[in-house]
Amino acid sequence: MSKRLIEFRNVSFRYGEEQPWVLKNLSFEIYEDEWVAIIGHNGSGKSTIAKLVNGLLFPQQGEIIIDGQQVNEASIWNIRKEVGMVFQNPDNQFVGATVQDDVAFGMENRGVPREEMMKRIDETLNAVGMQDYRLTEPHRLSGGQKQRVAIASVLAISPKVLILDEATAMLDPSGRQEIMETVSKLQNNQGLSLITITHDLHEVVQADRVIVMNEGEIWDEATPRDIFSKKDELRKIGLDVPFVAILADELNQVGITILQEPLNHEELLEELWTLHSRT
Amino acid sequence: MNNSLIIGQYVPGTSIVHKLDPRTKITIIFFYVFTVFFANSLPSYGVLVVFALASMLTSRVPIRFIMKGLTPVWFLIIFTFILHLFVTKEGTVIFDVWIFEFYSGGVIQGFAISIRFFLLILVTSLLTLTTTPIEITDAIEDMLRPLNKVKFPVHELALMMSISLRFIPTLMQETDKISRAQASRGVDFRTGPIKDRIKAVVPLLVPLFVSAFKRAEELAMAMEARGYQGGEGRSKLRELKIELRDIMVYLLFACVMAILFLTRTYS
Repeated sequence: MSKRLIEFRNVSFRYGEEQPWVLKNLSFEIYEDEWVAIIGHNGSGKSTIAKLVNGLLFPQQGEIIIDGQQVNEASIWNIRKEVGMVFQNPDNQFVGATVQDDVAFGMENRGVPREEMMKRIDETLNAVGMQDYRLTEPHRLSGGQKQRVAIASVLAISPKVLILDEATAMLDPSGRQEIMETVSKLQNNQGLSLITITHDLHEVVQADRVIVMNEGEIWDEATPRDIFSKKDELRKIGLDVPFVAILADELNQVGITILQEPLNHEELLEELWTLHSRT
Repeated sequence: MNNSLIIGQYVPGTSIVHKLDPRTKITIIFFYVFTVFFANSLPSYGVLVVFALASMLTSRVPIRFIMKGLTPVWFLIIFTFILHLFVTKEGTVIFDVWIFEFYSGGVIQGFAISIRFFLLILVTSLLTLTTTPIEITDAIEDMLRPLNKVKFPVHELALMMSISLRFIPTLMQETDKISRAQASRGVDFRTGPIKDRIKAVVPLLVPLFVSAFKRAEELAMAMEARGYQGGEGRSKLRELKIELRDIMVYLLFACVMAILFLTRTYS
């Protein structure tokens, strides 16, 4: 069992005294090197979780422990070093005037020496495939490229956890693809815990574990495959079920038995072309 | 939207004027502007003109860019010249037309003031033509650093400047988008009486402001998430360094100043 990195213990949170609870008595754990997808429809409390992990918000009840430290006013600066966050809007998180200035921003905040910064900028831009754009201004980049720079900026401070808070929501399909590829490559190479927060079931496919949020509570916690098999329930809590899963379901209904719940087109194809040899 | 959008009027280049430390450029221009008003003889003006033209030529900025910078002030230069012709009553009368008498002093004064104006605009636009806004911001931050002692928020000021510069293109793209969206809903920005056209700007400005505030909030959160806690203990990626060429330029400029003060007339 790998080390426990993030722990929520009976966490409840609301934005104001009179407001309804956004998170209700939430408990879960995230381990080192794990990829966890948190999914839920709008207002299910999933983005609030991200802000709590980073100490941008504090819970009213319960406690959050990150790498052995409790999140509070005193520890947030240490914790923000361990937890990197990429937000939804590519433009509104680009601080620097050029790509390299933006990657440097997080390091400048921590007083990293200049030579070290240069080295890290090279490494992280290479890791996200943006090494040719060092001096480019943000308005010349596509949304996907800006998000890759945002990921590089976060990686530059070598965090233990990378949170993508709907980082692909504002991108076109190719930009989305870019980010998902970058992220899965990073997760393989760098030994990084990854939390992706999304409302799109397509993006949970590669995760090790999926936490489904509904009305501020954990609705289910399972592998992507198990989650995909509960199509009707997912639809009830307002999530879009991917086409492949629906197709597999329909095929089952007309008598073509799909044994394993397919996660993507390739897996369904594999099932279908080997179908004959099974029967 | 125009993809080659340039903020300010920076013309990229690799000349020595481009490569100089921005602090060197600002310092020299400051003293230059100051000494322009000390010139009072033909040779002293000559020294100033030669210096300005020489810097212009070494910068290799195309003349048309410099001329573009000068267009708004041509009128001012000509106007002051004419004003001096009519008002200054020194020296001898050169010629008279109807009730006006034109004095030699007026012509000389007119020329002198026009040249001063011209030189001022030339060197200051040379700064913005050869220095990126970011370099200027860095230089200002560095040069204002002593004010930190009196609790003047130098770092915050510089950050404000650089973030504004960073968001100018973004907001311009957004303005463009909103104006298209509103035009498609029938808002007419281009025709009609001026009063209507001013009114048409309101549905453009309101969404722009709303989105700018939202951006500000999100940016603040993103900065905080990346560990921003103010200017203290920060290091800087962009480094300003005084090189040998800066020292040479300072020396050269000192010589120019010396010649200027030797050639001006004292009375």
